[in-house]
Amino acid sequence: MLYAAPTAAIVVVFFLVPLVVVFWMSANRWRILGSPTFNFPDNYTKIPDNQLFLDSVSFTLKYTAITTVLLSGIALALALSVQNSRPGVGLFRTAYFLPGVVGFAAASLLFYAFYTQSGPLDDLLIDLGIADEPINWLGTPNAALFSTIGMVIWRFAGFNMLILLTGLQAIPLDVYEAARSDGASRWQTFRYITLPLLRPTIALMLVLSITGSLLAFDQFFILTRGGPDGTTVSMVMVIFREGFTRFDLGSAAAISVLLLIVLVLLNVVQLRVLGRNR
Amino acid sequence: MRVGWYSTGAALSILFLFPLLWGGYESFQGQAGSGQETGFGFGNYTAMAEYGEGIATYLRNTAAVSLMTVVGTLVVSALGGYAFARFRFPGKEILFLATLAILMVPYATILIPLYVVLGELGLQNSLVGLSLVLIMFQLPFAIFMMRNSFEAVPRELEEAALVDGCTRFGAFVRVVIPNAAPGLLATFVYAFLFAWDELLFATALTEQDAETIPIGIRNFIGNYNEEYDQLMAAGVVSTIPVLIAFFATQRWLVKGLTAGAVKG
Repeated sequence: MLYAAPTAAIVVVFFLVPLVVVFWMSANRWRILGSPTFNFPDNYTKIPDNQLFLDSVSFTLKYTAITTVLLSGIALALALSVQNSRPGVGLFRTAYFLPGVVGFAAASLLFYAFYTQSGPLDDLLIDLGIADEPINWLGTPNAALFSTIGMVIWRFAGFNMLILLTGLQAIPLDVYEAARSDGASRWQTFRYITLPLLRPTIALMLVLSITGSLLAFDQFFILTRGGPDGTTVSMVMVIFREGFTRFDLGSAAAISVLLLIVLVLLNVVQLRVLGRNR
Repeated sequence: MRVGWYSTGAALSILFLFPLLWGGYESFQGQAGSGQETGFGFGNYTAMAEYGEGIATYLRNTAAVSLMTVVGTLVVSALGGYAFARFRFPGKEILFLATLAILMVPYATILIPLYVVLGELGLQNSLVGLSLVLIMFQLPFAIFMMRNSFEAVPRELEEAALVDGCTRFGAFVRVVIPNAAPGLLATFVYAFLFAWDELLFATALTEQDAETIPIGIRNFIGNYNEEYDQLMAAGVVSTIPVLIAFFATQRWLVKGLTAGAVKG
């Protein structure tokens, strides 16, 4: 069918072929220059010795856990606060969502300036008496992690709020009315009506947040540059580094395959859980 | 109660908008060592324009990639979405599943093989090659969106056009496409926002003269360090296009999204 031909061409050449090629590359000694030689399973057996990668796994998991918990909590609070239509509610929704439109690179730039030592944030905190002296926002491993998470929450809270809002607005109003006529308190309404009915939407938000965080790259590539001392290097950054700094495409491909398998399995499990909740 | 709600909302809005407003304000501030030492002006912008290859080079590359990605995504997904909505053809189910599978595979894991595949095609360090990759990543959403939009267009409209002497393709272009405008618009905006900001593939697949604005921003940070007023000028210049795209289409965006979701 002629109409579907461009789709088929792009999906085959730029998706299915690379998907096969990555497995083949991972079984070869593959440098950027020179012809590849088959060396399976060397690229895999050296993964456990790759300290940078091992560190990046625990760092990325830590980042994912903290980000997901904070982000979904804040997004839920925001969504609940703007779920009813009142005059002006649209303005609030737009204000919360707007940072999500700004590109990751530009957002990193903005926060990089914010976090400059003795910069605007330090001035503000000292003026308000919250801090006594300038804070080294990106200088220690934990500070760099939480400074980055701060930016990510600023950028994505509104987007996640929007996802939850679609779920909240799908809950029929008469369910709430029935609860009210039965004398349910606000907390009871939330706990026994809103939360259970919102569960599929919350699950969807969690899937997006977890998958996105596990693949984090931009924020650490621009804002922290993996520093200080390589303590904020994410898994995708290691793939990039193996391939384009160390020019060892075979090793980069092996790590890619490992991530691919683990994340696809995780996606399948998550989708199962999602499906069961529907 | 109501006062509390409004003041909390206003405080939160300020919290979310403050970084943007502050960045915009700082970009016009004078700074020692730049073309404009004090006061309000465009000194930071002129400094950015002359820095390295100039911010214009990065902007031009980004604009080219975004344009190719958006046009490519629209054309491919409109044709493909129509095929999925209206026709039966061998391999239809498999192709649809393969397209959606792009979402299942973590995008970063096919970076390395794509680099090699583009090399074989002679498309390494090429904005066209980068755009083709970005189109591929947009396809699952775009195809899904367009298929649902086209399915919502009544078949009778098309049949009437065919009776009036239109060719099948003529009916598609003149009747079906205009009736699926919200879906096309949503596809357009998402492809644009994505292409404008993409960093990983742009960094890996391009070199010096083909670099895009996110890479430029990273370079600026590396070279400017403390002089953040000039960095803010770069931030403003790179953010204005996405803000325009968002505000110009905001009203239809939500409509397009819900239309897609309801039909899903």
